[in-house]
Amino acid sequence: MPGMVLKAFFPTCCASADSGLLVGRWVPEQSSAVVLAVVHFPFIPIQVKELLAQVHQASRVGLAVLGTWCHRRQETEESLGHFLEGLGAIFSHEPWLQLCRERGSKLWSCKATRRQVPPHPGAPYEDQVMLVFYDQRKVLLSQLHPPAAVPDRQAGDATASAGGLAAVFDTVARSEALFRSDRFDEGPVRLSHWQSEGVEASILAELAKRASGPICVLLACLLSLISAASACRVFKLWPLSFIWSKLSVCEQLRHRLEQLTLVFSTQKAENPTQLMRKANVLVSVLLDVALGLALLSWLHGKDRIGQLAEALVPVADHVAEELQHLLQWLMGAPAGLKMNRALDQVLGRFFLYHLHLWISYIHLMSPFIERILWHVGLSACLGLTVALSILSDIIALLTFHIYCFYVYGARLYCLKICGLSSLWRLFRGKKWNVLRQRVDSCSYDLDQLFIGTLLFTILVFLLPTTALYYLVFTLLRLLVVAVQGLIHLLVDLINSLPLYSLGLRLCRPYRLAAGVKFRVLEHEAGRPLRLLMQINPLPYCRVVHTYRLPSCGCHPTHSWGSLCRKLFFGELIYPWRQRGDKQD
Amino acid sequence: MEDEQSFSDICGGRLALQRRYYSSSCREFCLSCPRLSLRSLTAVTCTVWLAAYGLFTLCENSMILSAAIFITLLGLLGYLHFVKIDQETLLIIDSLGIQMTSSYASGKECTTFIEMGKVKDVVINEAVYMKVIYYLCILLKDPVEPDGISQVVPVFQVSSQQLSKVSPKNLLRFPVLRISTATYVQ
Repeated sequence: MPGMVLKAFFPTCCASADSGLLVGRWVPEQSSAVVLAVVHFPFIPIQVKELLAQVHQASRVGLAVLGTWCHRRQETEESLGHFLEGLGAIFSHEPWLQLCRERGSKLWSCKATRRQVPPHPGAPYEDQVMLVFYDQRKVLLSQLHPPAAVPDRQAGDATASAGGLAAVFDTVARSEALFRSDRFDEGPVRLSHWQSEGVEASILAELAKRASGPICVLLACLLSLISAASACRVFKLWPLSFIWSKLSVCEQLRHRLEQLTLVFSTQKAENPTQLMRKANVLVSVLLDVALGLALLSWLHGKDRIGQLAEALVPVADHVAEELQHLLQWLMGAPAGLKMNRALDQVLGRFFLYHLHLWISYIHLMSPFIERILWHVGLSACLGLTVALSILSDIIALLTFHIYCFYVYGARLYCLKICGLSSLWRLFRGKKWNVLRQRVDSCSYDLDQLFIGTLLFTILVFLLPTTALYYLVFTLLRLLVVAVQGLIHLLVDLINSLPLYSLGLRLCRPYRLAAGVKFRVLEHEAGRPLRLLMQINPLPYCRVVHTYRLPSCGCHPTHSWGSLCRKLFFGELIYPWRQRGDKQD
Repeated sequence: MEDEQSFSDICGGRLALQRRYYSSSCREFCLSCPRLSLRSLTAVTCTVWLAAYGLFTLCENSMILSAAIFITLLGLLGYLHFVKIDQETLLIIDSLGIQMTSSYASGKECTTFIEMGKVKDVVINEAVYMKVIYYLCILLKDPVEPDGISQVVPVFQVSSQQLSKVSPKNLLRFPVLRISTATYVQ
């Protein structure tokens, strides 16, 4: 493009290489030349062209010889200079780059010449050149966020319209075929690039790759067996399916099973995002199991389970006693309020009887508690999240009486509110029109009005008593829900935190790139501008945001406003509705 | 080529603008903010420690004093690392892009690079807040709408707040800055 400065992206590893030819890709829209490697003497031009054609076929990146590179020892090597200029005739490329450097000095010189007549008059034969150094290994391994649209492989040498710098990253990443040969190879052409000192490989990585195939197949079979068994007809029968849907442990196990199926599936990951997701899930599961085993060893040492079981029954008794005191208090004159004696006594006695039944059940169960706890504690080896879900379920079971009281109180209160609202409409001479879903005026008979007003008065005066019981039990229920909610939050955190990505950002920050940054290197007048391009790593909050794993979905479905509204009208609230449950 | 000019903000601190000319296609503008003053640091530390000592005489718990020391240290480190900007730099490279760097007092550098293809224009915007404040900002192109603007990025985020307290005659320098940056940008 006219008026644009020519940018030559030069790898830092080639800055000390011997003289030769520059091989890379020319991006005309950005007016930039991405140098990928240096071809050293001696070489046969036909073989160089063959190598470039091979790489083009393998990677669909249009490589060409971009110019010459001259790394002089002394000033007297003029013949080399002339020889290099002659090469421009063999490999024709517009524009032809000539980079030159004095050995041991920081003085570089660049020239870019055009042979053809310039497209419009006034444009110079020589372009202004800017050198941008880049670390080839880091640019190859890094991944830009947000990912630019990957050009279709079939589209051939796709346009660099995906942003100027994304094109550079893309070119380097796709030219892996060029970097496979190192200087110990006996090939016809000798190249210098980031791997020319020896191809990077690791024994552990190779072994893991070989072993991963059969292990994946084995584990995939095992997991499919387990999923088939759990989808069996027996578990769909009514009592079991109801229990399964209510326990959060089952939800957590199902979630883990899905994640493990994803990780050990025999399909290869299609793009880097999927690979990161698999890695994140694997690390998260491993950490979970490790923490669970630590918890298990702690629980089973020093007979802690026995101590826990012994402490459980007295705690349940204590809670029941406190509830009894609370009910006695409500049956008297709570906070100085005067309650309706008869209703108070009825409700109080009703709840006290339930409490008595509950205490009897706890005492019946007490000899078996230690056994049950011991076996349940073994499930911690499946992961800390499973243990926490079990804890949440145990809390739900132990506070079942509070849940029952809440339901009774809420239903009573709801009925009362419904009755009050319709009788209030009668008091004002209006009626709810079901057909039109609105309030209409209505003329009532005298006896209808009489009975309606009487009932209305009774309900209004009984309202404080019911409202107080409702308030107390709702607060208790909300307390239990809050404790369960905290446990679920912790489980969610362990489930969804992308630990592998965070570790990668910590140890290899160039792998996750938010962009690039430039630094101006030492500059002398008359010499071309030299810049160093470095990778700008992604900030931690964006790493978490981009690579977060999907969690169970046990999030509160209500906003605060709708929650308050439901509480006021006495509708039952289920703030931790699980995915797939039908609405009540 | 380097060029330095200094301004002073309303608190008496010295703001310095440095202009570096690397080549005809690359220029750098560097604004340095006033340093952390010893006076304000001493004042804050004394306040916190006096308050902690007051609490200690009430509660007779020596943990309060250690906690106060801890809080002061952590607060200072946090302020130096996350809040106190020492220098803001704008590097303009012809046909590559615009780079904005903020260096914090603890040495941390926060860099943003905007590619030339995404820049629509560099303008001076006016904000009316008690009086009129002028700030330089970059308009980014909208990928969906060819004529639309997706984002307005203010340049020199911290220093421009302080420069706005400067006397009106220094504001006249901004128009000169505007013409010069527009010609360097492609």
